[in-house]
Amino acid sequence: MENLIALLIGAPLLGAAVLLCGGRRLDRAGHWLGTLLAAVSFAVGLALFADMLGKDAEDRAMHQHLFSWIPVEGFQADIAFQLDQLSMTFVLLITGVGTLIHVYSIGYMEHDERRRRFFGYLNLFVAAMLLLVLADNYLLLYFGWEGVGLASYLLIGFWQHKPSAATAAKKAFLVNRVGDIGLSIAIMLMFTTFGTFAFGPVLASAGETSEGKLTAIGLMLLLAACGKSAQVPLQSWLGDAMEGPTPVSALIHAATMVTAGVYLIVRSADIFDAAPDAQLVVTIVGAVTLLFGAIVGCAKDDIKKALAGSTMSQIGYMILAAGLGPIGYVFAIMHLVTHGFFKAGLFLGAGSVMHGMNDEVDMRKYGGLRKYMPLTFVTFGLGYLAIIGFPGLSGFFSKDKIIEAAFAKGGTEGWILGAVTLLGAAITAYYMTRVMLMTFFGEKRWQDDADGNPPHPHESPKSMVIPMVLLAVGSVAGGAVFEFTGFVEWLEPVTGFEHGHAPISAAAVTAATVAVMVIGVGLAYLQYGRRPVPVVAPRGSLLTRAARRDLLQDDFNHAVFVTGGTHLTRSLVYVDHTLVDGVVNGTAASVGGLSGRLRKLQNGYVRSYAVSMFGGTAVLIAATLLMRAV
Amino acid sequence: MSFPLLTATAAVPAVGAILTAAVPAGRRTAAKWLALLVSLATLVLAAVVFARFEPGGDRYQLVESHSWIRDFGVRYELGVDGIGVALIALTALLIPFIVLAGWHDADPLETQSKRWRPTQGFFALILMVEAMVILSFEATDVFLFYILFEAMLIPMYFLIGGFGDRAHGGTDENAAAQRSYAAVKFLLYNLVGGLIMLAAVIGLYVVAGNFSLTEIAEARANGSLEMAGSTEKWLFLGFFFAFAVKAPLWPLHTWLPNAMGEATAPVAVLITAVVDKVGTFAMLRFCLGLFPEASKWATPAIVVLALISIVYGALLAVGQRDIKRLVAYASISHFGFIVLGIFAMTSQGQSGATLYMVNHGISTAALMLVAGFLISRRGSRLIADYGGVQKVAPVLAGTFLIGGLATLSLPGLAPFVSEFLVLVGTFARYPAAGVVATTGIVLAALYVLVLYQRTMTGPVKEEVRSMPDLRPRELAVVVPLIAVLLFLGVFPKPLTDVVNPAVRHTMSDVQRTDPQPEVTVQKVEAAK
Amino acid sequence: MNPVNYLYLAALLFTIGAVGVLIRRNAIVVFMCVELMLNACNLAFVTFSRMHGNLDGQIIAFFTMVVAAAEVVVGLAIIVSVFRSRHSASVDDASLMKL
Repeated sequence: MENLIALLIGAPLLGAAVLLCGGRRLDRAGHWLGTLLAAVSFAVGLALFADMLGKDAEDRAMHQHLFSWIPVEGFQADIAFQLDQLSMTFVLLITGVGTLIHVYSIGYMEHDERRRRFFGYLNLFVAAMLLLVLADNYLLLYFGWEGVGLASYLLIGFWQHKPSAATAAKKAFLVNRVGDIGLSIAIMLMFTTFGTFAFGPVLASAGETSEGKLTAIGLMLLLAACGKSAQVPLQSWLGDAMEGPTPVSALIHAATMVTAGVYLIVRSADIFDAAPDAQLVVTIVGAVTLLFGAIVGCAKDDIKKALAGSTMSQIGYMILAAGLGPIGYVFAIMHLVTHGFFKAGLFLGAGSVMHGMNDEVDMRKYGGLRKYMPLTFVTFGLGYLAIIGFPGLSGFFSKDKIIEAAFAKGGTEGWILGAVTLLGAAITAYYMTRVMLMTFFGEKRWQDDADGNPPHPHESPKSMVIPMVLLAVGSVAGGAVFEFTGFVEWLEPVTGFEHGHAPISAAAVTAATVAVMVIGVGLAYLQYGRRPVPVVAPRGSLLTRAARRDLLQDDFNHAVFVTGGTHLTRSLVYVDHTLVDGVVNGTAASVGGLSGRLRKLQNGYVRSYAVSMFGGTAVLIAATLLMRAV
Repeated sequence: MSFPLLTATAAVPAVGAILTAAVPAGRRTAAKWLALLVSLATLVLAAVVFARFEPGGDRYQLVESHSWIRDFGVRYELGVDGIGVALIALTALLIPFIVLAGWHDADPLETQSKRWRPTQGFFALILMVEAMVILSFEATDVFLFYILFEAMLIPMYFLIGGFGDRAHGGTDENAAAQRSYAAVKFLLYNLVGGLIMLAAVIGLYVVAGNFSLTEIAEARANGSLEMAGSTEKWLFLGFFFAFAVKAPLWPLHTWLPNAMGEATAPVAVLITAVVDKVGTFAMLRFCLGLFPEASKWATPAIVVLALISIVYGALLAVGQRDIKRLVAYASISHFGFIVLGIFAMTSQGQSGATLYMVNHGISTAALMLVAGFLISRRGSRLIADYGGVQKVAPVLAGTFLIGGLATLSLPGLAPFVSEFLVLVGTFARYPAAGVVATTGIVLAALYVLVLYQRTMTGPVKEEVRSMPDLRPRELAVVVPLIAVLLFLGVFPKPLTDVVNPAVRHTMSDVQRTDPQPEVTVQKVEAAK
Repeated sequence: MNPVNYLYLAALLFTIGAVGVLIRRNAIVVFMCVELMLNACNLAFVTFSRMHGNLDGQIIAFFTMVVAAAEVVVGLAIIVSVFRSRHSASVDDASLMKL
C-alpha cells in the first residue's frame, strides 16, 4: 500500500503537466481530465484510509522513500513521504474538497476561454498541497509550501488583464515569502542543532537541546505559519487574494492552503511542547488574529472579503488551539476540517450568487435572493449555521471544544483566552448574520452592471449545485461524526492528547457559547433585518472605517515598506551610478588628466626631442662616471 | 598515450571558430549552421568527459601534461576535478542555445557593404570564447590559466562592442556610443584585475619556482614549500582581486550592468552565465587551493562583501527600469551567494556554490534569452514599454515566468537546491550571515514578480498588440533549458555525485571540517 | 704628435655638430651638423684604433661611413620632398605628427 502514496501526488501532477503543456487541443476535454485526476487522487486516498483503519492505531503510519533529493556531504534531504493519521486527515480534506471544487469549476468557469489552464493550475495546487502534508522532512515540506504559494499566485492572478488581480497575486507571494524566511531559518536551525531536518529524528530528539534553541525554532515556524495562514502581522494578503476566481477562494484561501500554518504547528508539536514561550506567542497571535479578522469581517461590504475576514478569524481559532499544546492540537485539526467544509460551502455559495448577479460582489446590491436561488440559499444557510456554531452542526462541536480548551489553559491566560474566544464567537455570529441578511433577505437592491444589463438571478447549473449540496451535508454532519466516531482517538497517536481541565464546567462553556451566539445574531438582526440596508454604505464610526481598510494595516505597510522601499532603491540606483561608478570613473579621469599634462611634452619639434636625447645621454654618462668614481 | 580528450574538447570550438570565420560573405547561413554543429560536437565531447570522469577516482583526471616554456617551468597541463567537469558541462550545454538564440542577431544590415561579414565574426567569436573558457576550466597550470583568463577578454570585447540590439530606444549613434562605453569599461575593469593577478602570478613563481597547481599545492601540504604569512596574503589578494572583478563582487560590479545592458541577449548570457563563472571557479581552485591560510584570514571581509552584493544587487534590481540591467543586478546578487558559499568553507556551502554556478548559468540563460526574444519584438529594453504581453503571447509569458521563478529560487527548479545549500552551509558557520542572506530570497521575489507584473500582465498595450508568440527556433532554445532546470531541481544527483569528491578535497586543502550538530541523532532509515 | 689631440678635435667637432642640431632650423644645416657629429665619431674611432693598436675602430669607421651614406640618401630625399610640398626647409614647420 505504501507505494500508492506517490500516486496521490502523481495523479494531479500529471494533470497539471498535461494541461499546461498540452496546448489548445485539450481545450475541450481539459476540465474533465483535471477533475478526473483529482478524483483519482481522492480514490487512492480513500483506499489508503481504508487500509489504515484496518491496522492498529500505533502502526498506522506509512512511509515511502522515492530517492535521495540532495545528496551532499553531511546533508540528507530525501524525496520521501510519510502518511500518518494527521496527513491522512489532510489528504482526504484536500482531495475530497478539491474534487468537489473541480466539479464546481466546470460550471463556474464555463465561459472562460482559459478554462483548461485554470484546471491545470488547480491540479498543480492539489499536487503541491499533498506534497506539503505528505513530506517526511521539513525541506520537502518547504517544497510543497512554496509550490502551493506558486499555485496560489497563479490562481489569484488568473484574470491577469485586471491590474488589481496581478497586484494581489504579487502581494500574496511576497508576503508569503516573508513567512518563508521563517521556515528556511527554522530548517537551518534544525540542521545546525540536530544535523537533520527529517520529522522523525528532529521531533524525537527535540528534548535534548536547550529551550532557547527550541523557542527560536518555534518562533521561526510561527512566522512561516503566519505568512501562509494569514495571521497577524502577515495577514494583509488574504483580503486582496479574493481577486481570484471564487472556486480558488474556496479551495485555497479557505479550505486548504491557508490552514497549512496550522498543520505546520501541529506537526511540530514536540518542538512547541518543549518551548512554552513560543507556545505563548502562538496563542497570542491566534487570539489577536481571531479578533482582527472578525472585526474586519463585520465592516466589509464585499461578500468575498467578508468571508475572507471570517477565514482569518477562524484560522485564528485553530492557531490559538494549536498553541495550547496537547489539550488543543486535536481540536485545532478538527476545527480545520469542519471549517474546510462549511467555509468552502459558503464560498461556493457566494460564487453561485455572484454567478447569478452579473459578478456583483457588493452585498448592498443584493437582497431578497432566497426566492430566486433556493438551493444556494439552503446550502449557504446551512454553512452559516455551522460557522456560527448552531448546536448540532459541525462548527458547534469543534469551536466549543476550542473555547473549552482555551479556558483549560489555566491561570489568567486561560481566562483571557477563553474570553477572547467567546467574544470572537459573538462577533462571528454577528457578521455572518449580517452577510446572510444582506444577501438573501430584505428587499431587492439590485443594480444594472456596467453594460446596463439588469441582473437575472437564477439557480446555478447542476455541476455547481451538487458540490454545494455535498459540502452542506459535510457542514451539517461533520462535527457530530467526528465527535461520536472518535476523532480524538484517531489523531492521538500523532499529536498526543491531554484532557484539559477547565475552571468552569463544560456545560457552562457550552451554554455561554450558545448565549453569545444568540446575542451576536440578535444584534445583527436589529441592525440589518429590522431596518432596510442602504445601498450606499454609510460613513460609519471610526472603527468601521478603519476596519473597512483592514484596520489600517495595509496603509502602514504601504507607508513603510512600499514607499520606504521605493525611496531606498531609487537612492541606491543613484548611489551606484554616481558613487560606486564615480570612484572608478574618477580614478580613470585622474589618470587621463595626468596623461594630458604629460602629452604636452610631445610638441612635435625635432629640436626639443634632440635636447631631451642629449640631456638624457649626458645624465647617463654623468651617472656612469659617478658610479666609476665611487 | 591516450586520446587527449580535454584538449579536444577545447580544440573543437577553437578550430570551429577559425572555420566559421573563413566562410565566404555570401554564405551566411552556412556559417550559422557550422557554428551550431561545432557547438553540438563540443557538447558531445563534454558529455564524454562527464561520463569518463570517475567521482571516486583521483582528484584531477584525464590529465595531460606537456612542456611548454621550459625556461620558466611553464607547462601545458590539463586536468579536471568534479567542479571543472560540472562547469565544462555547463559551458558546452549553453553555447548551442546561445548560438541558436543569436541566430539573427548579427545579420548584416541593408546599408552595410556586401563584403562585410559580421555574422561569421559573431559566431566565430562566440566559439572562440567557448574554447578559451573550457580550456581555463581544465588548466592546472597557473600561467596557462592566466593567459586564458586574459585572452578571453579580446573576443568578449568585440562581442560587446560590435553587436548591439538591433532595435534600441535611442538613435543609432547614441546606441553605438553606449555600447563602446560598455565594452571599454568591461575591458578596463578586467584588464586591471588581470594586471594585478599577473603580478601575483609572477610573485608565486618567485616563491614556488614553478607554475603547476598540483605541485605547489602538494608542496604546501607536505610542508616542503614554506610561505611567509604576509607573502601568502599579498599573493592571495592579487589573485582574489582579479576573480572578484570577474565574478563580479561589490564594489567592483559596475561593469556588468553596462555590459549586459548593451550587449545582445545571447552575449549577455555568455558574459554572466559562462565567462563570469571562470572568476568564481578560480576562487575555489586557486585562492582556496594555493593559499588556504590567507583564504581563512580574508574570510570575514569576503563574507561581508558577499552579503553586501546579495542585498545591494537585489535592491538595485528592484529599482531598474531596463529589463536587461535588472537581470544583470540580479546576477550580482546571485554571485554574492556563490562567493558566500565558497568562503563559508563548509561542505554544504561549497557544494551549493558549485551547483549554484551551474544552476545560475542555466536559469539566467532561460530568463535572459526569453527577455531577448521579447525585446527583439518590441524594440525596447524599458519595462514601461510593455504590458499585457501574457494575453497576446502566452507561451512567451509562461516561459518568462518560469525563468523568473528559477531566478527567485522556487523549490522544484534547480536554483533552489543550490541556494538552500549555500544558505545552510553559511548558517552553520556564520548564523548571522545566513540570516542576512535569507532576506535575499524576499528581494528576489520582489524584483522578479514586479518585472513579470509590469511586462506581462494588465491591459494590453497598443504597441504589443500584434506581438507574435515564440517561434519554433525560440522554443527550441527555451524548452530544453526549462527541462534541465526542472530535472536538476528534483534530481540533482548526477551533479552532486561529481561535485562532492571535489568539495571534499577543497575542504581538506583549507583544513576545515564542518561544524557538528549540537545533538547527535540516529540516522533515519531510508525506507522501512 | 700625441694622438690625444685628435680626440680633443673629435670632441670639438662633435660639440659643434650637436649645438648646430639643437639651434639651427634649416633642415639642410641640421643635416650637415649630423654629418659633422658622425665624422667626429669616426675620427675618434680611428684615433682609438691607433692608440690601442688594433683595427676594430677602423672597421667600425667604415661601417659608420656606409650607414651615413645610406642616411644621407634617405634623409635628403625626405628633406627634398618636404621642401617640395611645403616650400620650406624649416624643421619647426614639420611638427604635425604629435598627439
